[in-house]
Amino acid sequence: MIIEYFIHLFILIGIYLILALSLQLSVGFTGLLNLGHVAFFAIGAYTAALLTLNGVPFLIAFLAAGIIAMIFGFILVIPTNKLKGDYLALATLGFSFVVYAVTLNYTSLTRGPLGLPGIPKPSILGVTFSSNLSFLILTIIIAGITYFIIKRITESQFGKVFEAIRDDELVAKTLGKNTFKMKGYSLGISAFFAGIAGSLYASYITFIDPSSFTIMQLIPILCIVIIGGLASLKGTLVATIILVLLPEPLRFIGFPSSIIGPMRQIIYALILLLILIYKPKGFYGKVELT
Amino acid sequence: MLKVENLRKYFGGIKAVDNVSFEVRENSITALIGPNGSGKTTLFNLISGVIEKDSGKIILDKKNITNCSVNKISNIGVSRIFQKSRLFSNLSVRENLLIAIDNEDLKFWKNFLNKNKITREKESKVKKMLKLVEMSEFENKKASELSYGQKRLIELGRAILNPHKILLLDEPVAGVTPRLRNEISKLLTKMREEGETILLIEHDMNFALNLADNVIVMDEGKIIASGKPEKIKNNKKVLNAYLGE
Repeated sequence: MIIEYFIHLFILIGIYLILALSLQLSVGFTGLLNLGHVAFFAIGAYTAALLTLNGVPFLIAFLAAGIIAMIFGFILVIPTNKLKGDYLALATLGFSFVVYAVTLNYTSLTRGPLGLPGIPKPSILGVTFSSNLSFLILTIIIAGITYFIIKRITESQFGKVFEAIRDDELVAKTLGKNTFKMKGYSLGISAFFAGIAGSLYASYITFIDPSSFTIMQLIPILCIVIIGGLASLKGTLVATIILVLLPEPLRFIGFPSSIIGPMRQIIYALILLLILIYKPKGFYGKVELT
Repeated sequence: MLKVENLRKYFGGIKAVDNVSFEVRENSITALIGPNGSGKTTLFNLISGVIEKDSGKIILDKKNITNCSVNKISNIGVSRIFQKSRLFSNLSVRENLLIAIDNEDLKFWKNFLNKNKITREKESKVKKMLKLVEMSEFENKKASELSYGQKRLIELGRAILNPHKILLLDEPVAGVTPRLRNEISKLLTKMREEGETILLIEHDMNFALNLADNVIVMDEGKIIASGKPEKIKNNKKVLNAYLGE
């Protein structure tokens, strides 16, 4: 029983890690305060759920989830290209509200608030990941690949252009860099991984509804990025593990479940506050939050 | 090399650049001088595409760059530094210089598959530049940890490394020590000898007049005089506008 519980926690760590690493790429490395990440997560989850419910093999649905989310990431750059900081945050937040409204109201496709039940467990080349242990292995593999790809991107010269845009976009332009295209890459890649995280989440929980993709779901991911430290993948990994595990002891204190949820938010807020006061760069951050 | 024709930019009622026309010859240093608020930096921003013109034409090496985007203008051949230091503060000195050399870093797959390795040629360009600005020992230092003068030197180096036909330098010696000012002056003279074309904004009239082949004087958005430094030195209009005499 206790092992099942830990397996569940580590699956959550894996999914959160993919989400946080991909958000780190746009927020920490490129400086795009993207609050639309949860929308890409939702797009991926709904894409994969709808496809697998209609008999499409998991692997195709999984990749389609990433690709459709990525397309939305590219598209989002068009109206937000000239926005920076708080304005970009508001515009991307608006995008997540739009996606939420669509999942809630486009009932003929998403069944609205009733959600999509019975999403099949993943099956790749005849291997079905129906037990939690096998699902954990799948999640670890995908999270590992995500870490490797994002590390490779950020350490390359291509990644240095992202950082240049974060530090001073106009100067990057005066050095001949097409920052519109680069921001498209950043949001697109970031959205791709959020999309595949959505696919994993949908096939793990086997049920999704619009309430799984609200701003409240974005807060822990954003906290992980800030607490781990902007532009640090190692920090993101450490912060994901800590922030997913930290509120868990609350379950054993005997609080009713109605209190555990808000208590989690309070813990995140407290850690965030303490980090911002005493360690503004987070655990391993290279860049100060401005 | 650079031809500006009837360029105009108004900010509401303020005539920042008012019907300005001039030409910068190849292989020369042209100084753009004038009192505060005379429109010099606005003119730089118009040439480099940072702001849009109201009317007029900008031609670089027979190419009309008037309505091009900032990055395209840079790729056509305009490299610039800003009035205040604007290095990529979280990148190292080396990374700040490397990024200027070419645009191979914009190719996703080439970089992802590790085929955009930092070649010996690029490495040697960076080392040479660091030697030129006497900053070799700071190669791996984070840009934000440098002093103001050091930042200006690296910025100048970065602008030189950015492939260009003309260099626009907005007050490269403002706020730097007299020793560094001399170093930069020597460096710019050497660059002209090697064939560079430079358009320079400078507040220090003596610095500009000693260095430049040609001088353009602006006041209230207009060109009030232009020509050889000796001619400008004794121009009554210039002295009146610039020194209030």
